[in-house]
Amino acid sequence: MHSITVNNLTKKFGSFVSVDNISFNVKEGEIFGFLGANGAGKSTTIRMLCGILEPTSGDALVGGFSINSEPDKVKSSIGYMSQRFSLYNDLTVQENIDFFGGVYGLSGSNFRERKNWVLEIANLKGKENLLTGLLPGGIKQRLALGTAVIHNPKIVFLDEPTSGVDPISRRSFWDLINQLSEEGTTVFVTTHYLEEAEFCNNIILINAGKLVAEGTSEELKTNYINHKIIDIECDRTVEAMEILEKETFVLDTSIFGNNLHISVLDDVSAKKSVLALLEGKHSFRIRKIDTIVPTLEDVFIHLIEKG
Amino acid sequence: MSIKRINAIIIKEFKQLLRDKRYLFVLFFFPVFLLGMFGYAVNFDVKNIKLAVMDNDNSKESREFIKTLISSEYFILSGYIEKDSDIKPMLDNQDVQLILVVPQNFSTELAKNNGKPSLQFLVDGVNGNTALIINNYITSAAMNFNAKIQTGFAEKAGITSLSPINFQPRFWFNPSLETTKYLIPGLIAMILIVTAVVSVSLSLVREKERGTIEQIKVSSVNTIEMLLGKAVPYVCIAMLNGILVLIAGMLLFNLEIQGSYLLLLLTTSIFLLAGIILGIFVSVVADSQQVAFTIAVFLSFLPSFILSGFVFPIDSMPPIIQIITNITPAKFFVAASRSIILKGAGVSAIYDQLMYLILYTLFFLILAVLISIKKEKEL
Repeated sequence: MHSITVNNLTKKFGSFVSVDNISFNVKEGEIFGFLGANGAGKSTTIRMLCGILEPTSGDALVGGFSINSEPDKVKSSIGYMSQRFSLYNDLTVQENIDFFGGVYGLSGSNFRERKNWVLEIANLKGKENLLTGLLPGGIKQRLALGTAVIHNPKIVFLDEPTSGVDPISRRSFWDLINQLSEEGTTVFVTTHYLEEAEFCNNIILINAGKLVAEGTSEELKTNYINHKIIDIECDRTVEAMEILEKETFVLDTSIFGNNLHISVLDDVSAKKSVLALLEGKHSFRIRKIDTIVPTLEDVFIHLIEKG
Repeated sequence: MSIKRINAIIIKEFKQLLRDKRYLFVLFFFPVFLLGMFGYAVNFDVKNIKLAVMDNDNSKESREFIKTLISSEYFILSGYIEKDSDIKPMLDNQDVQLILVVPQNFSTELAKNNGKPSLQFLVDGVNGNTALIINNYITSAAMNFNAKIQTGFAEKAGITSLSPINFQPRFWFNPSLETTKYLIPGLIAMILIVTAVVSVSLSLVREKERGTIEQIKVSSVNTIEMLLGKAVPYVCIAMLNGILVLIAGMLLFNLEIQGSYLLLLLTTSIFLLAGIILGIFVSVVADSQQVAFTIAVFLSFLPSFILSGFVFPIDSMPPIIQIITNITPAKFFVAASRSIILKGAGVSAIYDQLMYLILYTLFFLILAVLISIKKEKEL
């Protein structure tokens, strides 16, 4: 069951094509990672999916409603949190929650229940009267998420929710995202941190408005890079790199910490050649030589440079 | 449309307003400050004109004429001049605004049957308005003096029942011709429009600047709910401000409202609506608070001060400027509120002004909507 279905979505601003004919599906209850460089068209796509920007062509069903013909129904079935944690800094925690609750038309016991839930996830019980502007970034971020989903939407869009937040807060924020997903909420998230993308069930990557890759993080790492990466641990690393660079079977070399990474087409024969060359001919001491899975960063840099 | 959602926005706006003590201070200090400034400092009533006299005649008649001048509240005698050469420096240094020269033959000419008694007045004409008023004062003083002398002659000749036209002017609506009473309606207009346009546009643009508007847009709140929620608190604040100025006018300047309070309230509400639409228009055009503030002041303060007829009468402007005065809703409000406050006019006397105000409001509402649709497509 898909909670978001995107069909040939395109947005042009004058002659500039911001989003170029993209299509993808998001499954119900999954955490869906939406990646891309700044200006790749991420925010434009999110704004269209939230029903606040009309597409030039194409359509999308969000929570079963068309963004073209039923934007109001789309709006009432989603939550949205932007990178700016759109809370009112000059209002207290309580007043912010009351405002967003009121804006989403909550009332009575349901509202009290949800208010409690927001205070709980933000660790702000008993601190309802603090000014929001005085809260630390991590807490503010949790409060922003809480208010964004105060009406218990089926789908929530998070636009770079962790930018400018410390690593510990980021980690506990992802615990919260997982919790939402386990409760059945579909989470659509954009991020710049590739280690965060590893937490997503499915990922798509867009570049210059076009969709360039999609799949799980494992699929991306195996399907989109043709050559193999070999990790070598040896003495005199720089010298070893200079020697290997001259060989024709080595496509690329780079130093990762104390180790040496080389890209090759055939990792089995390459390993043999490296051992013969370094240990046999130049008497290096090789402690370890392994074929490794490329990181998401390797994949994305590869894809974007290619594109 | 949902009352619940509008309510949430109204409550939020009020909380934000009340929390910002500095802004509140400015909001309520500004009108009182303006009232004090305009009420006491801006005053077109010309009184206590400094007068110097060079009396070459030094007769009973010349002294009597001088006495009639200085016994009024308009003139103060600063001194006598002995020689001609002192006249110029006195005017140059602005020691006096008016110099009266009585020629040597004043009383003898006056006594003759076909005499031509003359007096010379030298008026400092730098401030044209004041000079004009001084001129009127001395003209009427001379006429009064003439009438008195004629009566005297007539009595000597045995004619007792000489009764020329007895001219006793009465000024309606502002009998004592006090500038302040005339200014207060205009002042209320200016304060209301500046409060409405500046505060509404800033409050909307602030949400744009901080990104909170996005959060509201993705919720189910529609534009009309948003604007209503924003407008209500500022209408209340502006109304409160208007009432404050009115009460201050009553207490400090003895202003009396001749007409219906209800009609004044209705007129003010329509005018405020125009101001708020203008504020919304500014917020659509501007993307930062600085730009919004500049445009808001430019659109509200200047025209309502210069073009509304608040200080400068529209009738005496050149025709082209008279057409341009229509860019400010204050023009219509000043005309209507003056009629209500000073004349006690009813709806029939001001309904054309109200129609203009409503037309004006609709025009800017449509313009704001069109620009906002255009901007939305570009973003």
